Order: sequence, then structure tokens, then C-alpha cells
Amino acid sequence: MSDRLLVASRKGLFRFRFSGGEWRAGAPAFPGEPVSALLADPRDGRLYAALRLGHFGVKLHRSEDGGETWTELAAPALPAGTGGATDLPGIDMIWTLVPGGADAKGVLWCGTLPGALFRSGDGGETWSLVESLWNMPERANWSGGGYDHPGIHTILVDPRDAARLTVAVSTGGIWKSTDAGASWRLAGRGLRAEYVPPALANDPASQDVHRLASCRAAPDIVWCQHHNGIFLSIDGAETFAEIAPVAPSAFGFAVAAHPADPATAWFVPAVKDECRIPVDGRLVVNRTSDGGRSFQALRTGLPGGASYDLIYRHALDVDGTGARIAMGSTTGNLWVGMDGGERWTLVSAHLPPIAQVAFG
Amino acid sequence: MQVNAERLHHPTVFTQSLYPGQRMPRISFTANLQRHVSSPPREVPAGTVREALEAVFAENPRLRSYLLDEHGRLRRHVSIYVNDRMIADRGGLADALAGEDEIFVFQALSGGR
Repeated sequence: MSDRLLVASRKGLFRFRFSGGEWRAGAPAFPGEPVSALLADPRDGRLYAALRLGHFGVKLHRSEDGGETWTELAAPALPAGTGGATDLPGIDMIWTLVPGGADAKGVLWCGTLPGALFRSGDGGETWSLVESLWNMPERANWSGGGYDHPGIHTILVDPRDAARLTVAVSTGGIWKSTDAGASWRLAGRGLRAEYVPPALANDPASQDVHRLASCRAAPDIVWCQHHNGIFLSIDGAETFAEIAPVAPSAFGFAVAAHPADPATAWFVPAVKDECRIPVDGRLVVNRTSDGGRSFQALRTGLPGGASYDLIYRHALDVDGTGARIAMGSTTGNLWVGMDGGERWTLVSAHLPPIAQVAFG
Repeated sequence: MQVNAERLHHPTVFTQSLYPGQRMPRISFTANLQRHVSSPPREVPAGTVREALEAVFAENPRLRSYLLDEHGRLRRHVSIYVNDRMIADRGGLADALAGEDEIFVFQALSGGR
């Protein structure tokens, strides 16, 4: 089980260690600064932290010593003039950082707001816009989902073949590449949108995917937390089937997939899109262990009432064994669940709003 | 000596050495920037705000992305004043400078997180 837990928050990056039966953290890195994404690269142990400085823009830092010291790298940026429009925004936020293939040391992928995909071949020192996706004509129909601009929040790299990429856009559907990003096509048939006219409800490009998670041992199993439901794919996000009804709610942002058991995944429900708080004030983690046929609301150790915690899409993580789950909320609460979420422990109630948690 | 007026605004020409004794604009940066990038005040050979910034970036390239976005525009939550006047051209940064001018780079009151 993982004994290190990293937390990206609105006011710094916290490193927790499990020792003597307790999770403890020292002073944060980047105190006071918004950390929008992090990556603990399992291939070489490097840490990456993306900052979203309120005044001075998006920054990227890397640590070679487990977070003791950091070096600033060039952050992904849109080439000058990209897109043609004079009012085109620059990169506003790094939303996700993921490693490339296990044998492709130094290859990183990055998804941003506005919705751009970047690749680095040198451990984040330089970045290239993946123009093949940026130039897809359908991108003109992507739209903001929560933020003013569409964004790329999920990048799945197939562990069997790192050239096979799956990218999810909020809002702009699911895009797949089988040639390491040279070309792309729209996937995600079967997703259903309630927030567009009926004729567009099944349009794959209109889908507001909140987060995808795939089973590492069976990567064709892809769980989707969507704006208006929960969906499951057994063919690598090509097609999805809706799982309904889901109690207490099918609305949420986060999903985590068990690394070894394709039938198990975790979700964190909220009331609905216009009421992003736990149902009846009771925070639960919804786990299915039978491929979505049923859900169990895990609540032991979680607030039994008067909770207003929302779990952002990157703020739920499962460790490599599937036994430990970490969860951080916009209220600054951090929990670790044991035995696959059967029992939860409040690690801290005094953190800043949490953007991401990651074991590693 | 015949002086070509256009050349006066070229930063490589508009220097103290060409005009001995003439003052150059002086640029200084908010203290809130110092914890990210060291940026001490300095005099700059410049006829516009952009030339002033470029002169600083030439010696301190990391500073560029803190003040300008990738399209070369002043970041939304950064403010630049020339003396007591906020600059007018946040995109082109073409506001003209004279030798006595003081350029102040602040963070805007908006943009805090």
C-alpha cells in the first residue's frame, strides 16, 4: 500500500506520509500558491507541480528529490497566433499531467484550459501543442463546462500500447488516437446529454464527460462520470452503456477505477448540477463491486450530516493495491479510506480547497 | 548632427552613450514578484513600454511569462503605470516613454486566489 499521499490545493502542495499509524504532512511547497495539478511519475520518481498564479500565469515546476527542492520549467503555451481570433486566451490552467508509456521515460502529456493537449519528450522541459487535435474542425463546437472555456481533464494512456490515447473534454466528448496523437477521432457512442436539444442528446461531441477512469489490468474497462449520469465502456471508451438508476445520485465529478478488479469503481455523488453538495448533507462514496449492477454507499467515518464537501474530478485516487483510497474536498477536508473505502479516517479538516490527491 | 527621428525610438540606438548625460526611463517591479523571479529596478534604453520590458527580458528571460501571456499581451491581472498614469495599450504596449519616466509594474488588485 502507498504510504505517501500528495495533495494539490488552492494554497500549496502538501506531502503526507503514513507513519506510526498516522498521516502527517510538513509545511507545504509553494505556500499560498494555487496548485492546479500534480504528477508523481512512477517511472523515475520525479514530481511535477502545476501552478495557476492569480497574477503571473501558469507555471510548471519539477522536483528530483521527492519535493524538497523544485526547479521551474517552461509551462505549456499556445503558439502565437494559434486559432486566429485576436481574443484567444492564453493557457489559463494546467488541468492534468500524466506520464507516457512505461518504457518512454520523459514522455509526458498535459491537458489544459482552454482545451489543448500538449506533449513533452524531455520530462517537461519543453512542450509541443498537439496540433492534430487542436485543429480538428469539431473543436469549434467544444464549450465551457463549469469554466468559461472547454478543457482537457483526462488523458488515458493504454498500458498495453502507449500510442493508444484517450482524451476527455469538458465539454467536447471523448477523443481517441491510436498513433500517439498524430490523428484523432471522436469516440464515446452511447453517452447521453440532458442539457442539449433532443436531436443532439446522443451526439458524441456534445457530451460533458466529467472524468474517465480505466482499470489498469483491463484497460478496455472505462468508467465515465458524466454531467448527467454514470456510464461504463467495455471496449476502451468506444461505446458506453448508462448505469441507472444510481442512488443517492448519479451526479458527481470524480471516479476511480480499481487497478486490478475490472468490476470495481468508486464515485462521489452530489445532488445535481445546480446543487453541488452531498445529498441530504451526508457525504458518501459510492462503490460498485459488480460492474455497475449495484452500488454500496460507503459512509463509515465520513460526515453523517451538515456536510457541504464537493470532491473535484482529480481529488479521488486509489493506490496500486486497490485497498487505500484518498479523497479531498473543496472544503479542505482530506480523508483516507481503508479496505477499499469500508472505513474512512479524516486526515485533516483544515486544508485549503483541494484540486487533486495522488498516491505515489 | 542630423538625427533620424525614427532611430530615436530604437532601443539599441536610444542609449546613454549616444546622448551622454541624458536620463533613461527607470522600471521597477512589485515586491510580490520577487519571490518568484528576482527583478531589481533598473534603467532601460527604451522609447515604449514594450521596449522597456524587452530590455529587461533580454537579461532575465524567465520574467517574460510572469508579465506577458504567450501572445505577448500584458497579463490580465498585472498593471503597468508610467509615472502616475496607467498604460493605455495593454496588448501592444506601445505607450511612449520619455527619459525622465518612471515605469511601475504592479500586480492588479484583481486576480487574487
